[in-house]
Amino acid sequence: MRENQTIVLNGNEISFEPGETVLEVARRSSIDIPTLCHLKGASPTGNCRVCIVEVEGEQNLLPSCDTPASGGMVVHTESAKVVEARKLIIQLMLSSGNHNCAIRGAEGNDWTKFQMGVQAQDQSGELCPAWGDCRLQDLAYRYQVSAEKHLETEVPYPMETVNPFIVRDFSRCIKCGRCVQACNEVQVNNAINFGYQGADVKIVTPGDKPLKDSECVFCGECVQVCPVGALVEKDARYQVRPWETAKVRTTCSYCGVGCQIYLHVKDNKVVAVSGVEDVAPNYGSLCVKGRFGYDFIGSSERLTTPLIKEGGEFREATWDEALDMVAKRFADIKSRHGADSIGVLTSARVTNEENYIANKFTRAVLKTNNIDHCARL
Amino acid sequence: MTNTISCIEKADVILVTGSNTTENHPVLSSYIKRAVTQRGTKLIVIDPRRIKLADFAEYWLRQNLGSDVAWINGMMNVIISEDLYDKEFVANRTEGFEDLKKTVEKYTPEYTQKITGIPVDQLSEAARLYAKAKVSSICYCMGITQHIGGTDNVKSLANLAMLCGHMGKDGSGVNPLRGQNNVQGACDLGGLPNVYTGYQPVADLAVAKRMEEAWGVSGLSTKPGLTVTKMIPKAYEGELKSLYIMGENPMVSDPDLNHAEKSFANLDFLVVQDIFLTETAKLADVVLPSKCFAEKEGTFSNTERRVQRVRKAVEPPGDAKDDWKIMCDISTRMGYAMSYENSSQIMDEIASVTPSYAGINYERIDYEGIHWPCPNTEHPGTPVLHREQFTRGNGLFHAIEYIEPAEQVDNDYPMYLTTGRVLYHYHTGTMTMKSAGLNERSPACFIEISQEDAEKYALNDGAQATVASRRGDIQARVKISDKAVAGTIFIPFHFVEAAANKLTNAALDPISGIAEVKVCAVKLSSAA
Repeated sequence: MRENQTIVLNGNEISFEPGETVLEVARRSSIDIPTLCHLKGASPTGNCRVCIVEVEGEQNLLPSCDTPASGGMVVHTESAKVVEARKLIIQLMLSSGNHNCAIRGAEGNDWTKFQMGVQAQDQSGELCPAWGDCRLQDLAYRYQVSAEKHLETEVPYPMETVNPFIVRDFSRCIKCGRCVQACNEVQVNNAINFGYQGADVKIVTPGDKPLKDSECVFCGECVQVCPVGALVEKDARYQVRPWETAKVRTTCSYCGVGCQIYLHVKDNKVVAVSGVEDVAPNYGSLCVKGRFGYDFIGSSERLTTPLIKEGGEFREATWDEALDMVAKRFADIKSRHGADSIGVLTSARVTNEENYIANKFTRAVLKTNNIDHCARL
Repeated sequence: MTNTISCIEKADVILVTGSNTTENHPVLSSYIKRAVTQRGTKLIVIDPRRIKLADFAEYWLRQNLGSDVAWINGMMNVIISEDLYDKEFVANRTEGFEDLKKTVEKYTPEYTQKITGIPVDQLSEAARLYAKAKVSSICYCMGITQHIGGTDNVKSLANLAMLCGHMGKDGSGVNPLRGQNNVQGACDLGGLPNVYTGYQPVADLAVAKRMEEAWGVSGLSTKPGLTVTKMIPKAYEGELKSLYIMGENPMVSDPDLNHAEKSFANLDFLVVQDIFLTETAKLADVVLPSKCFAEKEGTFSNTERRVQRVRKAVEPPGDAKDDWKIMCDISTRMGYAMSYENSSQIMDEIASVTPSYAGINYERIDYEGIHWPCPNTEHPGTPVLHREQFTRGNGLFHAIEYIEPAEQVDNDYPMYLTTGRVLYHYHTGTMTMKSAGLNERSPACFIEISQEDAEKYALNDGAQATVASRRGDIQARVKISDKAVAGTIFIPFHFVEAAANKLTNAALDPISGIAEVKVCAVKLSSAA
């Protein structure tokens, strides 16, 4: 007899594939079980326990990310027992560090004292840099949790700001381990892991050295997956708030992998880059160049006007002047020396459409096949 | 690539050669590393440097520079003599096997070791591993192609894959990793001297006639044009009078730069269209400012032949224009009116003249790109090539003999030089060197040497040294590294102030026209 391949999720009977976890079955069925540490593509760790569910017949609540679906299972994802436990988990996280957003809440005058303390530690007069883009904040809001009874927190480790790309703020780390999974299982750079014991747990490089002196290659995968404000792009930190930016999806312009990226734009300037998750070929991953090498776009050294050389020096020219000159000289050289005396180097950096036009221009207008590009170099 | 990037993870054995994948294709390298650490895939790395990927490898074979045909023939010798080849695939899908067999006969592991330096046992074991696996993939990059025998190297890798039947399957194939964002697209869209879009030969009269009709012109040339590596010498000789260069910086990327500079100076008229005043643009008569990728609409085709959208995020600086608009304006001024409303309209024209792109339009690739060949708008695209047959029908084995690199070490120039990129910079650095963070991580050129050579030449880590070849010399700081093998120096080619390409050899592969920038003879000395 074929085994029962369905589970009951919040009263709905849903079939599953062998090996699927309760979380996967729920997500497939648009039942939203909240997660923090869960990272698609990496093995489940069950660290944060936010995704706990009630399974009938089980004494304890089980983490849905690490619980395989089995026939006949009856699961409740938002029962009173689940919600109560989830609130406590969120509250403990919210009170475990410098989570200075309004959702954290406060009683009486302690809020000011708490803010002053946080701002002294992270040397800023601002609220948390992840404000508005924080999964913990979202969850606290969703479950209406505040940390008002736990205002005193001690942060045992100072911020690390000594590399050019990533600020590591341990005061906001909830030890979910997503960065560790991203580094070891997704990018396989093996630069960071859990270190120290008990209350002293910290995400560390071997020997607890700064990232810049470790195996870290600054792909920024850890920043992209950090659900809170513990890992933030150095240049964007406190400069850019998510509600001030527009995201435009495009293709990275460095190597031939063609990673899908979002350019985050504020005031006509690219201020951050992130990977597009859930789509080939990179599924959210990027490298250091793709994620952090965008300064050239808005560089003050960009060419802004045509230039014509006269007496060995460039002078600025209008488009009409420059284009007339180019057209005239090409026509002139073509008529005097033949079409094959002109060559065109198109580019592996410009678009397909532009390469096509270069090919059409060279062959149909100049009437030569002298066209090539930097593929060979 | 014959396969997709995601396919790499499905292989049981991956052979990577001539590709420093973790630095040049970091995201793709993660697929390889994940396969090894999470799926138990066995990795074979064959590279003159002990690159990072070697840490993940079952075998790291260190070949002498430019000896690739020999080790590939050597592997095939082992595979044939131990009867490990895929007889069914060879019988049904290929031709020319007997010639191949005859040629590789003399490449016994012992003979191969003499040429390549790869120990007999290592070669045999790696060959067996590759051949016996059910699904094996080969990834290669410029370490294979930038040789006078680059075409031979590529054909040899294809021989090896066909011999073992590792072609045309999910995860099995031969995968060149494209180093620039749209090098695939530039090749696909007619940016080559011998073919129109979709690799339609210019010498084919029927093709020329079709293009003449499509473009409404007559007299298209059927004579293949010059490759970039031949244009430069023609400029030097005075035959080529004018160059129109777009988005390239040959004054840093070309081999034998001193010669290249004289060639550019000899031109009557040089136009450079770029986003920065590059080393090459400085030599131009007219410089035209163009938009960068973040300011334009269009598509790039990635290394797995996937055509993907590029979208405008910001306004361009000043009067910078789309490259295609600039060319259309010049064309119109020269009497051939060209105008398009937008890049989407250009793509529609591409589809109408290019069988492999016929089914591609912006609407279809809005969310996810499509792999060409895509012959019509109902076709889903082709992630894996050569499943049922090869483009020409049967796969043809090429019997290939090893040839030596164009330049050998001697008493005057006793060390080999090879070049490449580092993680933090890209090509000639025009883009990456605008980021303070990337410059902080990789501030300057360096000369990577082994501990052994450091002792031999009495050079400490960080010491200023001179490297000279027959064509030029540069100075940079010494970096002692366990990536380096005694007798071979590595220098990244990004840095104009110590341009590795002042040293490199412009000797060309006769078929591809690629210069042998991966091997030349140099001498090393302290600059103090």
